[in-house]
Amino acid sequence: MKHRTFFWFILPTLSAMILFIALPIVSVFIQSLFVQHEQVLVVSESCGPFGCVEETQVDTEATAKLREEQPLGQFNGLATYFDRSHLASAEIAEVWHTSTGLSSFIDGIMDLKFYKALVFTLTYTFVVTPLVLIFGLAVAVGVNNLPKAFRGVAIFISLLPFLVATIVGSMILSWMVDGEGIIGATLQNIFNDPSLSIKASTPLMWIMLMVYGVWHTLPFAFITFYAGLQTVPQDTLEAARVDGANKWQTMISVVVPHLMPLVSFVTLMLLMDNFRVFEPLVSFQAEAHAQSLSTFIVSDLREAGNPLYASASATSMLTILGVVILLTPVLIRTWRDFNAKVH
Amino acid sequence: MATKAESRLTTLRAVSYALVITWLIIAAFPFLWTVWGSFKVQGDFFSKADWTNAIYGILTTRETGGAFTLKGYYGAWIQEEFWRNVFNTMVIVFFTVCISLTFGTLGGYALARSGFRYAFWVLMAALAFRAMPHITLVSGYMLPFFEWNIWGLKATTVIVLVAINQPFTLWMLHSFFLNIPKDMDESAMVDGCTRFQAFWNVIVPVMWPGVITTGLFSFLLAYNDYAVTSMLLSKPNETMVPAVASFLGSVQVQGNIMFAVAAVVSATAPLFVLILFFQRQIVSGLTAGAVKG
Repeated sequence: MKHRTFFWFILPTLSAMILFIALPIVSVFIQSLFVQHEQVLVVSESCGPFGCVEETQVDTEATAKLREEQPLGQFNGLATYFDRSHLASAEIAEVWHTSTGLSSFIDGIMDLKFYKALVFTLTYTFVVTPLVLIFGLAVAVGVNNLPKAFRGVAIFISLLPFLVATIVGSMILSWMVDGEGIIGATLQNIFNDPSLSIKASTPLMWIMLMVYGVWHTLPFAFITFYAGLQTVPQDTLEAARVDGANKWQTMISVVVPHLMPLVSFVTLMLLMDNFRVFEPLVSFQAEAHAQSLSTFIVSDLREAGNPLYASASATSMLTILGVVILLTPVLIRTWRDFNAKVH
Repeated sequence: MATKAESRLTTLRAVSYALVITWLIIAAFPFLWTVWGSFKVQGDFFSKADWTNAIYGILTTRETGGAFTLKGYYGAWIQEEFWRNVFNTMVIVFFTVCISLTFGTLGGYALARSGFRYAFWVLMAALAFRAMPHITLVSGYMLPFFEWNIWGLKATTVIVLVAINQPFTLWMLHSFFLNIPKDMDESAMVDGCTRFQAFWNVIVPVMWPGVITTGLFSFLLAYNDYAVTSMLLSKPNETMVPAVASFLGSVQVQGNIMFAVAAVVSATAPLFVLILFFQRQIVSGLTAGAVKG
């Protein structure tokens, strides 16, 4: 294909991606370097019968005008990145000096908003991803063992949690685990504790969100592994059987190695999607117990009347950095595999 | 041919059956429960005293005279004007899918037929874009969109969803076009067609299976999106999913949580039908990227 033709064919999609994905990232970066103008203060002297008093007032008109003229605000450099609600370098240094041991250091860090969100996001990602991989594979093997007639139905049911909107799926679950919902009430009966409430306890809320994460993404791993199982070479299986391997040994030394490329693909996808966890926290109304990096950004943007663009943008840049760090090992592996295949 | 050992119910097999059945119950039960419960009153749906109330609808019978009630649906669709959100969803999803597929087929075709190095880099860039959390992109849109006065419009959201959709669409259609033999369009070009004529007359007629599969995923993305639609649409332009989420806050205060339940079921029902009819395409689409490597 000629360069010219290629250019015209690719133009619509490329311009859409550049305008609405690449440029916004640049825009986020620029916004993160600025901070909103401070209010313009006017000092006026009002002289009354008892002498003159200096008064400081907010000049609302001038403030509004300034903000209108330069919506970005004033240049702030990287200061937003290191302020109290982000990397909090000063606070960390202080915690480091005052803390008496590891646990008090961790407590000190968990008081900082950004680190709290980061810890939840990472915990969520690294708990949900392996669980989904293991259970997804188990269910895929199980469905593969089913008689053919039932497989279609099993796949249909399995697709539901994955394809229904995250917000809707997590809302359905949040009603069920509500203190008055079926699961919540049953748990209260089992543990004989009428005050037991998932929505009132931080550890339970974390567990619930992760259970939801597994429920929601397991079908993706399942479907991919199930498709992979259809392509396991029959003669290798036969050979393993002839050599006297039992089912379990065949599984570990024939099936799993065959699925390895799929495992790295699924891992890549899961890491990407789990790191941006957002909707379940909205549906479970979990903000009191758990914040993720995404909800942190949204709460800055939703700040009534006065969105904190600089703060949201700084968090966004840090999130993107996180994604890059997270994906680098997987990408390097893929790159090596790719080169190994070529040579 | 099944040997005797294979057809025997071994422990391993029993465990695997049990596992699958457990998973299927966990997967299906919440939906069945909510669909059934959406025809009850709140006292039955959240029946702390006795969970069988939710099945038989004791309180529903007492309050409304029948074991099933459409009160929740009436409240959501008529009183809270959920039909407006349904209409908005239809408009936004329709345009998003059409535009995504048009851009995606052109781009995917070009990438599949170009042997140059930069085609590879476009695909890599698309992969990197796919990894960007949507919410970080949204925080980049807000300020410029407010400045240009295009925040809140349906058209803005459509364009944003199209763009966010492109990386995935491009990858899917690229791998699909790779499977269509090169000879087809090249022989047309030997016969004197231009590249675009060859694409239009030879490739377009045979590309529909791939386009339908990709379209399903564009549909799902636009239909299910919350991060973009909740931040970029004004109240009257809201689609179903953000509307359901905002129901949650407002109706809980008024004690009308059944409105939200009915809205959730209404928003989910079309997906049931979609999966029922297109299960094969969805499965093949989910695995297309993976199995081919």
